[in-house]
Amino acid sequence: MSTTASRSAARVMMAPAVILLLGWMLVPLTMTVWFSFRKFLPLRGGDLGFAGFDNYVRFFTSSAFWPSVYTTLIIVISVLVITVVLGIFLAMLLDQPMWGQGIVRILVIAPFFVMPTVSALLWKNMFMDPVNGLFAHLFKAFGAEPVVWLTDAALPSIIMIVSWQWLPFATLILLTARQSLDSEQLEAAEMDGAPLLKRFWFIVLPHLGRAITVVILIQTIFILSIFAEIFVTTSGAFDTKTLTYLIFQRITDSQNIGLGSAGGVYAIILANIVALFLMRIVGKNLDT
Amino acid sequence: MARTHSPQLKMLTTFAAWSIGLMIFFPILWTILTSFKTEAQAIASPPIFVNFDWTLENYEVVRERSNYMRFLWNSIFIAGGSTLLGVLIAVPAAWSMAFVPSKRTKDILLWMLSTKMLPAVGVLYPLYLIFIELGILDTRLGLIVVLMLINLPIIVWMLYTYFKEIPGEILEAARMDGATLKAEIFYVLMPMAIPGIASTILLNVILAWNEAFWTLNLTAAKAAPLTAFIASYSSPEGLFYAKLSAASTMAIAPILILGWFSQKQLVRGLTFGAVK
Repeated sequence: MSTTASRSAARVMMAPAVILLLGWMLVPLTMTVWFSFRKFLPLRGGDLGFAGFDNYVRFFTSSAFWPSVYTTLIIVISVLVITVVLGIFLAMLLDQPMWGQGIVRILVIAPFFVMPTVSALLWKNMFMDPVNGLFAHLFKAFGAEPVVWLTDAALPSIIMIVSWQWLPFATLILLTARQSLDSEQLEAAEMDGAPLLKRFWFIVLPHLGRAITVVILIQTIFILSIFAEIFVTTSGAFDTKTLTYLIFQRITDSQNIGLGSAGGVYAIILANIVALFLMRIVGKNLDT
Repeated sequence: MARTHSPQLKMLTTFAAWSIGLMIFFPILWTILTSFKTEAQAIASPPIFVNFDWTLENYEVVRERSNYMRFLWNSIFIAGGSTLLGVLIAVPAAWSMAFVPSKRTKDILLWMLSTKMLPAVGVLYPLYLIFIELGILDTRLGLIVVLMLINLPIIVWMLYTYFKEIPGEILEAARMDGATLKAEIFYVLMPMAIPGIASTILLNVILAWNEAFWTLNLTAAKAAPLTAFIASYSSPEGLFYAKLSAASTMAIAPILILGWFSQKQLVRGLTFGAVK
């Protein structure tokens, strides 16, 4: 079917998407790299000339840099582990025969539709508030001292909020994959006397591999750059400053564009390391 | 599974699944309930679950105070506009990749997806400058363009996986039977492509509706959608649980209802065609 004519037609059809994405990638990126080599303080004199690698050195050696990288990675990895493990469990459970399966599925999927600003605000005020939050009531009912969640356990709290948002996504994909598994294979294994755990480990889990890859890929993309959840809850205080948030503060709060841009370049490098790693798995696992 | 299950086991799984489902849904349920309470009842100790005096007062107050309709319209415009624009650009691209694949098709797809990994914050300031220069800061047009660009890779990817499932032989058969190009597109291709396009549109409307980095950073007053509407309730003086709940319910209700009604297409869309 692919004649020379249809090939060039295909190229024309692809052009708008490719050109737009190329422009979207290159233009702001070039500007960021340019700014990262300038001493640029919009509120204190504007562009004060070439700065060499000053911004890079300052950003890298600032005491906030490594903690922010760790925080970012801890959030991404924790949320991935929680959502994949619970997601597999939930997918197995929802696959069993039961009454009202459709309604349960609607309940489980719901958090995915809640915008990040709303879910962060809800958790912060109605659940994690140390005076009026539901958790505080619960703790008091058992005679315990209420926890000041977003101060004393800020990072776990944020991990919990983000996991709540992404668990539906993981569950749904894993459930779809689970339902596509041929049941004859499982029954045969059962007849041969393979115990439940063995059947899960050697038949179900390998079958879910591709779905787990999709979950990890998509979630990493979105969780690497979570913003609203931190913006609304702690504003980066109490060890919850991710790299994204640190750069955001350099640009909007300290109004230091040069420094923020250097941070942006670091963030892009970090994202590329993660991307390279992911793309390799996906390229292998997602043979389309 | 073909095995027969004992009713006890079914009862047990039903109980477990419902408990977990309700637990996951509880924060949303609690918010909806609280939105109908008075402020005093909203912070009552111990908490009141259903036997309070139901009132619509909070919705009235929120609607009046913060001009809900304008935010809602902005959300609809931005989510709808960016998705439609994205689909218009992505359909031809995905189409040609699926039906006229070359050696580089897979590389192009992976490259497109990798642009999604660019951290938004890295290009925040340049984009801010570009927006001022073009005069589209705090406009719906500006946000439509940005959200279209950040979701374009996902749209192309999803459409590509759907289009690939359409067998090419069908097109040839239609051509043999003397179908014109127009007939081929409208009577053969479209009916097969529409479910996939619908799933793609749905998922991207939801992604755009809930996007909260660019919508918070590139808008001020005029073009701010519901994400910004709700963020304004995070300030201490706005901290009234019942009103916060009413505002939250108003912000998520449209998409929650849309999502529930289109669950089936959405599941298809969510799996990116990669999971059968």
